Amino acid sequence: MTTPIEIIDSEDPLANPWRVALVRPDGRPAVHETDERYVMTFPHLILREIIMFQIVVIALSLAAILFNAPLESIANPVETPNPAKAPWYFLGLQELLHYFPPVVAGVVLPGLVGICLVVIPYWRVNLEGAPLWATPSRWKAPTIAASVILLSILFVAFRCWPIVIPTVIIGVAMFAASWARAGSRWQWLWGVTLPEWIMTWFVVIAVVLTVIGTFFRGPGWMWVWPWMDAPRG
Amino acid sequence: MTVGEWVRNTSVYRSVIRHGIAPTNRNRSLIIFENLFLHVHPVKVREKTLRFTHTFWLGGITLATTIILVATGILLMFYYHPSVPQAYRDMKELQYVVDNGVFLRNLHRWAAHLMVFSAFLHMLRVFYHRAYRPPRQFNWVVGVVLLLLTLLLSYTGYLLPWDQLAFWGVSVGTNMAKQAPLVGERVRFFLLGGNIVSENALLRFYVLHCVVLPVALLLLISVHIWRVRKDGGVQGPPDDERRTP
Repeated sequence: MTTPIEIIDSEDPLANPWRVALVRPDGRPAVHETDERYVMTFPHLILREIIMFQIVVIALSLAAILFNAPLESIANPVETPNPAKAPWYFLGLQELLHYFPPVVAGVVLPGLVGICLVVIPYWRVNLEGAPLWATPSRWKAPTIAASVILLSILFVAFRCWPIVIPTVIIGVAMFAASWARAGSRWQWLWGVTLPEWIMTWFVVIAVVLTVIGTFFRGPGWMWVWPWMDAPRG
Repeated sequence: MTVGEWVRNTSVYRSVIRHGIAPTNRNRSLIIFENLFLHVHPVKVREKTLRFTHTFWLGGITLATTIILVATGILLMFYYHPSVPQAYRDMKELQYVVDNGVFLRNLHRWAAHLMVFSAFLHMLRVFYHRAYRPPRQFNWVVGVVLLLLTLLLSYTGYLLPWDQLAFWGVSVGTNMAKQAPLVGERVRFFLLGGNIVSENALLRFYVLHCVVLPVALLLLISVHIWRVRKDGGVQGPPDDERRTP
């Protein structure tokens, strides 16, 4: 025979625990419910990955059949080619050397780019995702205008037109975005955030500098037109 | 029963791949989580992540080029001596003696260019989709380091053919390193094993290119892809914002 449950009626909190919290039905922790559709990873994702890999292999194999990797004569430390160019992804940096002192072009600017890239996800403005002109503030327009003008003057001082021109264009576009109206074809421009403007500015400059360094620079790092025969140094 | 099905039902095959061949969702799950390499994936994925515009497959393309580069790189190592002037002669051997040597070198070269390009585009895609937001902040940082490693790998490989292009390209680049205040000269000396690009530099770049940097890259890629899953899968375009005036 089992002992019947003993019921204690007491003021002692150990014997008779008090209620410390009540979870009401409408106050439960919110579970974000979605009606997202899920599919089995195999075969849906795995087969796509295999197809993607095959496309890359086929495309690169075709490139390898059609185009030969460059190979010049054996390295000769006493015969400097003119111009001596770094690989294409460093030609933007080499182009900067043309305008700035070596410390700035080779260390300061690339270092700044690296630091700016790393800190992106730790900076609040990058997390909010609000369009530039969504939150009106009396200091916003003057600050942006002053930044664009100061940056332009800084780069004009170095005669660095490949940076000045994109800076001015992006600056004008930022203000043009504030006048874009809903329903107009420029509506998307209004939605661009400040981080997106800055990244676009960086990408445009990087592309412009790399293209100039790759195609428009000849002997002595002088300007050449790629469709004309450059004098070979 | 087809031959394939018979093979996959033998006890030897089943000792390697444990699950059966019935086309059930249970077996499709086991394919993923009983496999060391596939279990970076969850068993089920959100359907919208399969759309092309969700990621443009740019990270995947970068990984594909990495696999191609490791495969072709190992084959190239069989034919390469990191010494002067044998390194350059080996390029000529690839061209005239080794079967498909030119194809092998071309494939390695173009895959390397594609890797730099697709890694850069991948970074831009993640940025414009704002996929670096919490909880993915740290994986963005890992990605920036991976981009840097990609550039260094490409750059160290650039010297190895030991032709004029390689020699002067690397000379120009390492002269930039010299400009860093205080440590510039020392860093350059450390990288080149001397004051000019020489045989020592070739050996150092070779070891960096074939051992140090690839090991670092593969380790960090593992972290990067593992974190993608831990942080909730690939993140496509943000869908929560209203972006009209």
